[in-house]
Amino acid sequence: MEWLNAIIQGILLGGLYALFAVGLSLVFGTMRLVNLAHGDLTVLPAYIGLIIVGTGVHRFNPLYVIPIVMVIMFIFGYALQRGLLNFVVQKGEVQGVIVTFGLSIVIMNALQEAFTPNSQRLQVGSLNSASITISDQLAIGWLPIIIFILAVVVIAALQLYMGRTMMGRAFRAVSDDQEAARLMGVNTKHVWGVAMGVALLIATIGGVMYGIRTTFHPMLGADRLIFAFEAVIIGGMGSSWGTLLGGVILGVAQLLGSFAFGPAWSILCGHVVFVIILALRPQGFLAKTVTA
Amino acid sequence: MSAATSPATQDGRQYSVSVASRVNLLILGFGILIVAILAVFPLFGGTEWTRRLIDFFCYLALAELWNLMLGYAGLISAGQQGFIGIGAYTLWLFSDILGISPFLGVVFAAIGGAIIALPAAALVFKLKGGYLAIGTWVIAEILRLIVANIKRAGGNSGINIQATSELVQELGNAAWYSRVYWWALAGAILAIGVTYFLLRSRTGLALTAMRDNDLAAESCGVNLWRAKLYTFLIAGAGCALVGAVQAMYTLRVHPGSAFSINWTAYLIFIAVIGGIGTIEGPIIGTIIFYVLRETTSQWGTWYFIALGLLAIIVTIWSPAGIYGWVLKKTNFVMFPLQRKLRYSGKGDAPPEVGAGGDGSTG
Repeated sequence: MEWLNAIIQGILLGGLYALFAVGLSLVFGTMRLVNLAHGDLTVLPAYIGLIIVGTGVHRFNPLYVIPIVMVIMFIFGYALQRGLLNFVVQKGEVQGVIVTFGLSIVIMNALQEAFTPNSQRLQVGSLNSASITISDQLAIGWLPIIIFILAVVVIAALQLYMGRTMMGRAFRAVSDDQEAARLMGVNTKHVWGVAMGVALLIATIGGVMYGIRTTFHPMLGADRLIFAFEAVIIGGMGSSWGTLLGGVILGVAQLLGSFAFGPAWSILCGHVVFVIILALRPQGFLAKTVTA
Repeated sequence: MSAATSPATQDGRQYSVSVASRVNLLILGFGILIVAILAVFPLFGGTEWTRRLIDFFCYLALAELWNLMLGYAGLISAGQQGFIGIGAYTLWLFSDILGISPFLGVVFAAIGGAIIALPAAALVFKLKGGYLAIGTWVIAEILRLIVANIKRAGGNSGINIQATSELVQELGNAAWYSRVYWWALAGAILAIGVTYFLLRSRTGLALTAMRDNDLAAESCGVNLWRAKLYTFLIAGAGCALVGAVQAMYTLRVHPGSAFSINWTAYLIFIAVIGGIGTIEGPIIGTIIFYVLRETTSQWGTWYFIALGLLAIIVTIWSPAGIYGWVLKKTNFVMFPLQRKLRYSGKGDAPPEVGAGGDGSTG
């Protein structure tokens, strides 16, 4: 039964990875920018949540704080894009990688300076440990289930947003042909700003929910970025549901690896599965776009 | 140093293609002098400064190799720490387990780096641009996690290299660090030399063509994949060599520091500040990085924040870096790579035509 437990926990963990990965994929899709700071930008909202929740007697429930942090991160993303990243997007991919790598170092070290490298946690009381017990060896926490459902809802909503709204259409137009979109009157700089805002808004849901589920510290960004990247590549670039599938495969690989060889091998097993899929099926499972 | 000269045309004009000018010969002489002084430095410089220069040469070699990959082959790597770590642990393996002299172990470390680079290249070349960068990072993480799980190698907490500690006892501090120094100097000269001669060769022309327009290069018969592979292998071997030298310098190996992503942060900073796509840029960048580190690294996180901000600012406002700025103002070239069409004979000389060689990444 324990292996079944590992698989179920892995699937649920995949939902969390999908929440980290969707933003990375969205930003790359609309502006061909590989945002190396994306991992750190999922850690940042957890700390913003920590500030709003506050300490002492007047503590807010972190779950109610999420919408506020989402708004803050949307504004931050829009400002970051228009104030800094728009200057690099058109210069080329190399510049984008260097600037976002620099940004990643700045965010990580600023968080260490402000909040110390120690682990923190957003407490939600009884929900932290509430679970459905199926049998003696099989108990599924409510929190991982909620996170997985959130991931499904977020991806479905993003699909609707991309397909049905004016801004979603602009995202796709800019993605296909920037010049043509501009000729049709699309303000590409604004569209990129909104795309980054939406990406960070989704990253916030993942980042804060992670902070509720377990402890977090400023150095988590690197692993987050790598897991998000692996989910995107496994699932296939440009496909949101593929990202969820990629996250699930990665999560199951990590937890089955941990079950079979011990916790020290967990992340390595995830990487190995990623490498095998990259070698055998580099386009991923549900790829929509051919261009990389 | 003329490469080729055309027969005189009917009106007595003669063209030749050359790479170096007389000034470059002067610089070459000056360069040989500097290298000669650096080679004998440990004999009079004292252990303190010898140790500092070891570190300096390590960063210089790494930055040159990283720059070769990005500036010429268009490969952005965020995973060179993987090869640095492999080099360090190969040195430990050869000197402590197999009982071979660490000075020879450095050579095996370089070979080990190249061997790891081959399958790594086959994997990451399936990715492009920024995703390739994260791909190399994943490779480095895989190597780190494997090494950290080997109990014999000290696991997560690392291990002292016994053979090196014994040699320090036997030779004394001064003699030990001079020997490490010569390896570090050799590494830096090798990195610059290999980069220079690779770029002067046929592969170099292919790389330059690829950098400027990969589609056009491919349609002219350039084998992109092979040219990229050569650079990746050279960089892998070079980084592993430096990793081995670093292990001899610190006398221990530790997965957290040997495979640290900070290496990539330093290399990006050095190449960006100095100037990407030039051999001279990383030399300037390393000097600036070194001075900055010696003066401000005690500020910890603020030092890293400053490095990150500087890299961002330079990339946006002055993407050619310091050397790019110098080049624009003075046209001073230390390592001539541009092939220039020169003209001799009667009549007005047409302007010099340059092709290939230096310049920004475009």
